[in-house]
Amino acid sequence: MFAVFRDLIRYNLEFAIGLVLVGIMVIFAALSFFSPVDPTLIYMAIPDQPPSAQYWFGTNSRGQDLFWHLSAAFRNSLGFGITVAVLSRIISISVGLAAGYLGGWVDRVLMFINDIFVAVPIFPILVLFYFVLRNNMDSFTMALILACFGWPFDARLIRSVALGLKHREFTRHAVFAGMSTRKVLLEEHLPYVMPIVFSTFMNNMLWSIGMEVTLAVLGFTNINNPTIGTVLYWANSHSAMVVGTWWWIVIPVILIVMTFLGLFLLAVSMNEYIDPRSRLRRMGA
Amino acid sequence: MHGYLLFVGKRALLMFAVIFFGISAMFLVTYLSPIDPVEQVLGRLSARSNLSPEAIASTREALTAMFGTGQPMHVQYWNFWTRLIQGDLGASLMAFPTPAMELVMRGMPWTLGLLLTSTVITFIVGNLMGGLAGYFQNNRFFKAFGIVTMGLQPIPYYIVAFIILVIFGFLWPVLPISGGFSMDVRPSWTMPFILSVLQHSLLPAFSLVLVGLGGWFIGMRALVSNIVTEDYVTYAELAGVKRETIVSGYVMRNALVPQVTALAMVIGGVFSGTIITEQVFNYPGMGSLLVDAVNAGDYSTVLAVCTVSITAVAFAIFIVDLLHPLLDPRVRTE
Amino acid sequence: MTRDSKPDLLKVEGLKAYYQMNYYGVEREVRAVDGISMNIKRGEVYGIAGESSSGKTSFIKVLAAAIRPPLKVVEGTVKYEFKNGPIEVTTASKAQVEDVRWKHLSYIMQGSMSVLNPVRRIGRTFKDFAQRPLGLTGAAFEARVVSHLARLKLPPEVLKAYPHELSGGMRQRVTIGLATVCHPEFIIADEPTTALDVVVQKEVLSLIRDIQKEMDSSVVFVTHDMSVHANIADRVGIIYAGRLVEEGPTRQMFFTPRHPYTAHLVASLPRIGDTTQRPALEGRPPNLADPPQGCRFHPRCPLAVDKCRQEVPPLETVDVDHRTACWRWQDVKPLVGSAHPAGVMA
Repeated sequence: MFAVFRDLIRYNLEFAIGLVLVGIMVIFAALSFFSPVDPTLIYMAIPDQPPSAQYWFGTNSRGQDLFWHLSAAFRNSLGFGITVAVLSRIISISVGLAAGYLGGWVDRVLMFINDIFVAVPIFPILVLFYFVLRNNMDSFTMALILACFGWPFDARLIRSVALGLKHREFTRHAVFAGMSTRKVLLEEHLPYVMPIVFSTFMNNMLWSIGMEVTLAVLGFTNINNPTIGTVLYWANSHSAMVVGTWWWIVIPVILIVMTFLGLFLLAVSMNEYIDPRSRLRRMGA
Repeated sequence: MHGYLLFVGKRALLMFAVIFFGISAMFLVTYLSPIDPVEQVLGRLSARSNLSPEAIASTREALTAMFGTGQPMHVQYWNFWTRLIQGDLGASLMAFPTPAMELVMRGMPWTLGLLLTSTVITFIVGNLMGGLAGYFQNNRFFKAFGIVTMGLQPIPYYIVAFIILVIFGFLWPVLPISGGFSMDVRPSWTMPFILSVLQHSLLPAFSLVLVGLGGWFIGMRALVSNIVTEDYVTYAELAGVKRETIVSGYVMRNALVPQVTALAMVIGGVFSGTIITEQVFNYPGMGSLLVDAVNAGDYSTVLAVCTVSITAVAFAIFIVDLLHPLLDPRVRTE
Repeated sequence: MTRDSKPDLLKVEGLKAYYQMNYYGVEREVRAVDGISMNIKRGEVYGIAGESSSGKTSFIKVLAAAIRPPLKVVEGTVKYEFKNGPIEVTTASKAQVEDVRWKHLSYIMQGSMSVLNPVRRIGRTFKDFAQRPLGLTGAAFEARVVSHLARLKLPPEVLKAYPHELSGGMRQRVTIGLATVCHPEFIIADEPTTALDVVVQKEVLSLIRDIQKEMDSSVVFVTHDMSVHANIADRVGIIYAGRLVEEGPTRQMFFTPRHPYTAHLVASLPRIGDTTQRPALEGRPPNLADPPQGCRFHPRCPLAVDKCRQEVPPLETVDVDHRTACWRWQDVKPLVGSAHPAGVMA
């Protein structure tokens, strides 16, 4: 595992850049644990200060030190993305492995359900959730809803790998040795799909954080919880671009772009690395 | 022919399943929510004095008919469907007494127009460039194009639209950033109006295209770099078949089959993007309507937008699916 | 045979072609073709045999002028004497190669399942491949293709079909038709019968033979299946680890092989009435990124002596048209007695 990392950093520029970007953002988000102020409180600093030695990222019109506020916002958003990714990975692994290994009508039914989930436009449904739940819709509820819609693409991918594993020698050995289906899937097949799980993990985070930003910017989440989206929501509602507090918009946008590019580059380079064809070339077969 | 019908039948079944499932999910969301939608909405309404008593009464009537409190779930579910199929979701609260469905139908052409043009442009440009980048792997122009589009691809729709808004609204104001047409032209089939509509659609469509390009580019490039190693391509190259024929008829043509399947799979996501883009550019489509309706507590309109979105997306996917057998002869005879 | 009186159509001299790769910092050089020289005469069927990954596929890629990275010709020449003039494919320009393709030099690729574009009708594919070299259009072209297909016992309706609508044997005949419709002087056939069932195999072989005779073309026929060579080839060349280890007239190769590897290949053929168990060859073919010193066959050779481990044996002429690269060729005995190899033409 360590050697793989070393190789990737050394020979894959995309991976190295992605790792640096994501690393910076993770450290930045982790700083929030040492924040001197509670990021949810307002009017703790002089409002509308441009970036300076005292306030690195400036302050906003609500009297928040943007450095600490954004640090907390990124921690919340990254945490949100990870929650959705973990939950939806669990669904996609279960569905993908079961459909691929069991085949037959189980496969057909699961893939039909899969196709339905792919086709339903999630955004109106999320808005409806917010409309009904209003302030009862906290981040975890939203993570749950997104996880319910974030699995089908990856389940299909995992299924295609599982289909190939089914007819391999070691599966037959395991079955003849009396292993239960659950055990075959968890102990024999799961390790093979883990690389896909990792690379889709990042893509899923991108998607869920993007959804959160979108909903929050429209004001359709708990706007008092600092996240990437709510920072922009407040900046918009105070017309930051118009009144000249540009740093309130520009700095978060730069940080968002860094996060998204970093995660994306990691996903792309890992994808290339685990692609069986490029692996073959690496081994020189 | 038999294979074709079978394929169409399967896809139609899926379309109905999507509509059924999506709308049932809508029902469940409202039914299972801990808050009684009727009382919650009406409670908030009565706090506002600017609404006429008839409007509130009409909403109460529509909501109780649909979510009739106190009735068992299956009865409510049945009522819900009956009203939906009749297309009657009650009057809109924001624009009383206009029926909610009528508001949605007014917004729909804008949204569909935006969705259709941007999807077609994105699909063609993204696949063409991605395909060429996959075939001519050392071409600098395609590489640069790829880096730009791939860099934009992961950024959320909202952020890209917002950056474009800032650029064209504040830094370089050459294009209209708000609305569907100029205030000084009257909606009619005249040249000035059509031009105004096109002009206003440029930025929203452009932002959708920018975000969408990367996905098609990456997908097509990967597909093509696989297909060029296929025997039939190597063989055609060995036979000295013309370059243009190989690129278009052998490489791209084969890569198109999975890409059209992918098109059907992303329509739902693109629809969400359209809604967001509309909101940013204040475009008079279903997206803006949805956001306004949520902010106004207009239950009927929110439900109408959701219903129509789910149905429209499912139908669009069905149409794209119908293209698949035309592109892939293997599906026709299966 | 009157072979000797005919001029050479292809001359390969000292050909070396390597794969040069660099992935994730691992540099590799695979010496797939490492010093092969041979001549092929007009109207001759030359069989090339060897295990998989012996370099035979890379060799014919160079013959077919299909050299592309990571494969690179490092040394040597490959020269054809076509009717419209000579061409040296390792140095020829793209346009020169385009000029001889299909009209003079054509190729039957391995795996008929995958060489036809799945979304194109056969007729379109024929147009793509043959219209330019034949210089015919419209009805004249159509008539030419239909009559050629008829020779292959294919109905004209085939032209309207998609590849997946044809059976395996029909598809193979279509690819042979595609490669021969321009009456090329030189045909390279890469495992054209592998993956076909025995009956279809026989049909395809006699088809290739018929067409070759009719057009007086040369054919290079590649397969690992020695019984196919016994049936079709005038001469057979054996490639082992990137080198030509023996070549000679087919009968001599089968009855008096002069290289222990050939002897082994011949011995592993099934023979009618023979029930003795044959010894399997120990070991694996060498890794071409790091081939053994001296004779590359020595680690698996039952006759190997010290000299074999240190010095590379040259290709020596041991009989008319018969050459071998073995220090101990005089000691090579056919592994099986005089039993008649199945199918060898008397």
